Amino acid sequence: MRITLRLVSVSLLAGWLAACSEPPKDPEVVVYTSRKDHLIRPVFDLYTQETGVKVRYTTDDDGALITRLAAEGNNSPADLLITVDAGNLWQATEQGLFQPVDSEVLTTNVPANLRDVDNRWFGQTVRARTLVYSPDRVQPEELSSYEALAEPAWKGRLCLRTSKKVYNQSLVATMIERHGEEKAEAIVRGWVDNLATDVFSNDTALIEAIAAGQCDVGIVNTYYFGRLIAEKPDLPVALFWANQDSSGVHINISGVGLTAHAPNRDQAIKLMEWMSTAAPQQLLAEQNMEYPVNPAVQPTGVVTAWGEFRGDDLNVAVAGKRQVEAVKLMDRAGYR
Amino acid sequence: MSVLTWSSSPLKLPRPDPLIVIAMLLAAAVLLPIAVLGLSWLGDESEVWRHLADTVLLSLLANTLLLVLGVGVGVLLLGVSLAWMTATMEFPGRRFFDWALLLPLAVPAYVLAFVALDLLDFSGPVQSALRDWFDGFRGTSARRPALVIITLSLVLYPYVYMLARVAFRAQGRTLMEQARILGLSPVAAFWRVALPMARPAIAAGLALALMETLADFGAVSVFNFDTFTTAIYKSWYGFYNLNAAAQLASLLLLFVLVSLFVERAGRGRARYEQQSARKLKRVRPEFWRRWLLCGYASAIFLFAFAIPVGRLLFWVVDAGARDFDARYWGLVWHTLLLGAGAAVVTVATAIFLGYVRRTRGHWLSALAVRGATVGYAMPGSVLAVGIMLSFAAIDRWLNLQFGTGAVLIGGLFALILAYAVRFLAVAYGPVEAAFERIRPRILEAARTLGATPAETVRRVWLPLLTPGVLSALLLVLIDVMKEMPATLLLRPFGWDTLAVRIFEMTSEGEWSRAALPALTLVLVGLLPVYLLMKRTR
Repeated sequence: MRITLRLVSVSLLAGWLAACSEPPKDPEVVVYTSRKDHLIRPVFDLYTQETGVKVRYTTDDDGALITRLAAEGNNSPADLLITVDAGNLWQATEQGLFQPVDSEVLTTNVPANLRDVDNRWFGQTVRARTLVYSPDRVQPEELSSYEALAEPAWKGRLCLRTSKKVYNQSLVATMIERHGEEKAEAIVRGWVDNLATDVFSNDTALIEAIAAGQCDVGIVNTYYFGRLIAEKPDLPVALFWANQDSSGVHINISGVGLTAHAPNRDQAIKLMEWMSTAAPQQLLAEQNMEYPVNPAVQPTGVVTAWGEFRGDDLNVAVAGKRQVEAVKLMDRAGYR
Repeated sequence: MSVLTWSSSPLKLPRPDPLIVIAMLLAAAVLLPIAVLGLSWLGDESEVWRHLADTVLLSLLANTLLLVLGVGVGVLLLGVSLAWMTATMEFPGRRFFDWALLLPLAVPAYVLAFVALDLLDFSGPVQSALRDWFDGFRGTSARRPALVIITLSLVLYPYVYMLARVAFRAQGRTLMEQARILGLSPVAAFWRVALPMARPAIAAGLALALMETLADFGAVSVFNFDTFTTAIYKSWYGFYNLNAAAQLASLLLLFVLVSLFVERAGRGRARYEQQSARKLKRVRPEFWRRWLLCGYASAIFLFAFAIPVGRLLFWVVDAGARDFDARYWGLVWHTLLLGAGAAVVTVATAIFLGYVRRTRGHWLSALAVRGATVGYAMPGSVLAVGIMLSFAAIDRWLNLQFGTGAVLIGGLFALILAYAVRFLAVAYGPVEAAFERIRPRILEAARTLGATPAETVRRVWLPLLTPGVLSALLLVLIDVMKEMPATLLLRPFGWDTLAVRIFEMTSEGEWSRAALPALTLVLVGLLPVYLLMKRTR
């Protein structure tokens, strides 16, 4: 007992000292990121390799990181906040956590609808949320749009992920922007009526449910589809690009903003700019089977097999602006 | 667990006593983050409230009630029956099950949840096999309240099992014999003597299990089962309204406090003194009953531990060790270090509070203890936010005054404090029980026999306290290693743990890659569970 205690206290003290000791004053950038360790580390490693600048980062949920950034105020060590949904970037902007970045590189590399109008945040990768279906039970001609999934033809055949996931909140937010609240609510109610089973807590389970025959069609982010297919190539499911005759596929971004009190401002901007260029763009996108935000960079890897699509050209900030409306609408419609 | 020990002495202030003052200060430090959440009531969030009340609130409350009742019944049935079996009966495999039934304690609830759903879902192996075998079987949704309740009961019953088992063993042979001599049948003796005598222990285990149920977010969100914590997260992440989230969280805490108080009040003035027991003689049931008991214990062990761990192992083997690299040992090391550090700090605090409570029978000390042990009922992330907000405020003030920059946030201290606030209740239970074993008679005897105070500490206090303190250390260690939200929010740069890695994988839906850290976490947790059990053999 005494030995254990002593051992524990010594190791604790050692850890403490290690954590409290002054970090070396080499150039570095500090990042809060909700893009997870395994999806972002290769990019940071590459940057450090090329420039010698160290990138320190910590991961968590978007909401938690934004709350932390706000609470820390001008004490925050963070230079950059990377989030995985435009709604989160918009929210951080609303709380005054970002500062504008005046950079020719970024405005050239990032299309206007994928960045803030005042340049307080910039997209880094594009993710598409589209339809996935069972080729055994559905002909692609039967499919057209998200809106059409509310039609009675799909009764008992639709699978959805929970409305608590921000991706669905963003999708509904864009529908509110485009169709108005009333029509959007009617569509969501139609979806709920058509549900084959309880909503899922992740896209992967949803795709597996379609493959297993629990339902025929669903709405997912393409990279979940890609990951699952990479693991189980024979899974009987296929992608369909939604709304090609109307608004285009619903797209969202993962993106980055410079914090209002960034201690390493110049280094941070350099990292932001670098991440919008070809090599890191490809790496970022490929890590997670997404699309580069930079139109000059061609998508690589598996995603090329899914063909090209026309994306929604609304500014992705809509996702944030109408998020609260969207959540309330889905609550009203009984979409859990 | 005496969160609500409330001595009946009249409410008057004691002579100034440094120990009580320190205890009050400790309680205040623990309560600060919670008080910060209370400040949320200064804001007007009626819009969020109205929306919730109009739409989901009623079903959330109904779901929460269902979950609490269901898990309550579940952990009582499992925990008490298994404890009674292993403590008083002899059946095949009894020695093994004695400790093996505690192993589910090492499995985080969210891990069992995602394994259970993976196995039992429409597309999972069980239903697929059933479809192959039976033409009539179409398949069904696995996202059902019953499954959530079963999952949580399987993970949480060890709290009841552990404490009830010790209580039953401590009753020894004498008590049951006396009951039988007075003409009670074995069944009646169990219901009318053994069970009521074990009530404080069972209630303490139940309280821990239910507080964890109320605070759970991970397991319920795997099943997309909406409870009160869902409303908290919806307000925070969906509406970006931290204030409303904090208001909801403080209501949850109030509910817990009231329930604990009701339980205490229900116990009334009953005393649960026990004679020193003669060693228990186990009952040996007839042959087929012995095997029935063995079958029951095996089933629980299989479902709560062997099958989920087997599934994790399968994933790890299947996915290969692609995530297993040099950094992996860092995760294990951080997990252990944080667990050990937090365990020492938390248990030291618990011992201090227990000592004050024991030696100063004043209502102020009871109040301090009660205040310091409410953190367990808070959803981890809400508590973490409370700690972060209060520390950030202190940091900003320090910076303004002395230009220090961030001192607390991002340091280990904040994280360890968060653990201590959250798990003090867990540590306090066994420590308090240990203090209760030191009866005044023993101390008087020591003095009469001429022991110096130092000698009394060494030869009476320490030996009698050690078992409880060790239990507390191990329990906190296990809980901290499984803890996720506070670790995520407050860890210093680079201090990733196994739980962090599990979060990163599961939040991307990559269950099979979460298996490696999950399995490691279970394995690392096995050692403390084993030690815990060996101690109470």
